[in-house]
Amino acid sequence: MEITPSLIALQLVTGIALGAVYALLAIGLSLIFGMLTVVNFAHGAFFMVGAFVGLYFLGLTGNFWFSLLLTPLVVGAIGLLAERFLVRRLYGRGIDDPLLLTFGLSWVLIEAMRVLFGIEGLPSSTPAALRGAVDLGFGFFPKYRLFLIAATAVVVILLWLFLEKTRYGLIVRAGARDGEIVKVLGVDVARVWWVVFGIGTAIAGLSGVLAAPTRAVNPEMGIPVLAESFVVTVVGGMGSLPGAVVAGLLVGVVFSLTSLFAPDLAELSIFVLMAVVLLVRPQGFFGKAGHFG
Amino acid sequence: MSMQQRAMFELIRRHRVAAALVFLVFFPLLMPYQALAVNILVFGLFAVGFNLLFGYTGLLSFGHAAFLGVGSYGTGIAMVHAGLPWWLALLVGVVAAALIGVAMGFLAIRTRGIYFSMVTLALAQIVYYAFYKAERWTAGENGLRGIQVPAIEVGPWKLDFLNPVTKYYVILVFVAAALWFVSRVLASPFGAVIEAVRENEKRAAACGYDVARTKLLVFVLSATICGLAGGLRALHLSVVPIDSLHYLLSGQAVMMCLLGGMGTFFGPFVGAGLFLTLEDVVTTFTTHWMAVVGVVFMAFVLFFPAGVWGSILKRTERMVRG
Repeated sequence: MEITPSLIALQLVTGIALGAVYALLAIGLSLIFGMLTVVNFAHGAFFMVGAFVGLYFLGLTGNFWFSLLLTPLVVGAIGLLAERFLVRRLYGRGIDDPLLLTFGLSWVLIEAMRVLFGIEGLPSSTPAALRGAVDLGFGFFPKYRLFLIAATAVVVILLWLFLEKTRYGLIVRAGARDGEIVKVLGVDVARVWWVVFGIGTAIAGLSGVLAAPTRAVNPEMGIPVLAESFVVTVVGGMGSLPGAVVAGLLVGVVFSLTSLFAPDLAELSIFVLMAVVLLVRPQGFFGKAGHFG
Repeated sequence: MSMQQRAMFELIRRHRVAAALVFLVFFPLLMPYQALAVNILVFGLFAVGFNLLFGYTGLLSFGHAAFLGVGSYGTGIAMVHAGLPWWLALLVGVVAAALIGVAMGFLAIRTRGIYFSMVTLALAQIVYYAFYKAERWTAGENGLRGIQVPAIEVGPWKLDFLNPVTKYYVILVFVAAALWFVSRVLASPFGAVIEAVRENEKRAAACGYDVARTKLLVFVLSATICGLAGGLRALHLSVVPIDSLHYLLSGQAVMMCLLGGMGTFFGPFVGAGLFLTLEDVVTTFTTHWMAVVGVVFMAFVLFFPAGVWGSILKRTERMVRG
């Protein structure tokens, strides 16, 4: 196959669409880390649960938009329960403890989906309204992937508005800077943490529903996704939302361009990118942990 | 606690390798079948290697499957493709794991805290994909087959490696050597530096110790021990499944170490025994053993972070002090 400029351009857009999902995942991860200094090792599992729950609702109602709306709520609710009854008990203990706990939780979530939906996974397809392709001028591009980019943009803008323009967002940002001071000012920080954990997992669930039509849905699908979202977070800088977006898109583009030029190295390429970033700038593109700067 | 008990406790503590070996020598007699005992022995060593980094140095790696897997593949490839004898192949596996340890450690120690866990996980994925794709050497998804050690000649004796009991004791020889080595390292001045780094990195640096070099050295030592466990596992299973490099196996090392008691000498074996026995028992009545293990693990993180062996040690120590 000859590699033409238009092919590269198409692959670039494919990469951005893939990167959109990475960005969403990393945003959820960064949001939780920035606020609670908890690395959610069950993030990939919440993504996977999102894909399953999304397909379940889709099968039940036949309406993609309905499942898109409902799934993050369900996954977020699981997240809220997990924080309330499990993660919360570990605040004030070592930084590794919540990480270990969420790792154990991921095993339970994987097995729960196996029990509920079987070990084979579920078939998934593109929702009817978003099938077909659009002419971008340099070639035809699947509508659904453009929708992925748009959906991510909407989530990012909403989240930005929430964090920057609302009172609650102000508390969240202040809590990420210095939870102790916020507590002294009379804010129930534990409650804010609870909400943030819920939002973070809901976003993971949302990326699961969104990604379901583009990949195989099975109980183990969250495992490589966890590793990939770590790559994005390390490249972008832990706790940084702009970092998550920029690095997410970059990782998507690197993956998709490598799969054009050297398909065998596609999976490896993003990890090599991470290794290079670690050598040159160990803290990632965007600054330090603990800030949504 | 009587004087004799106290003296007994001191004796065991001073001769921890010997005490561990006495237990491991009689261990197969306690198990329902020997293959499980061999598994526990190999995974116990894996967890010991992991514990060196997590328990003693405070670095939580989520990529240790890379070392177990490379140890296995190194040994397997040396035997299947190069036709080396098993003992030389084992050495190849251990050296390969140590080299991967140098490469991964060099990158990973540039990060600290939570980053370290994420980066080791991601770096281990590189190894996974690389071996997965190198089908010519590793047979990819099918796993590397044909690692055969029918008999081992020691002087005039010929040991039947297909007999699980013999296999257990042959592997135990290597495990014993590794345990002795680990114990020596921990008891050395370097061992004290390792724990100083865990307790307070800045203070250790202020005392003039090269923290980065210490971490890298422990990382490589840990990788080497895990590589040996991997090589022994390849000989034991006579195949190397691609799952040997999988993230879930890295997670198992974490689980075993914590269940047994991190930062204790014998804890990793207790943890490996607990984990594998639990898996063995649970799989007899449900295929969903991961859920059970996951719940047990979460309960330990929440309520017994010191692990089974760690808690026992704490109790005994309190009794000894009176």
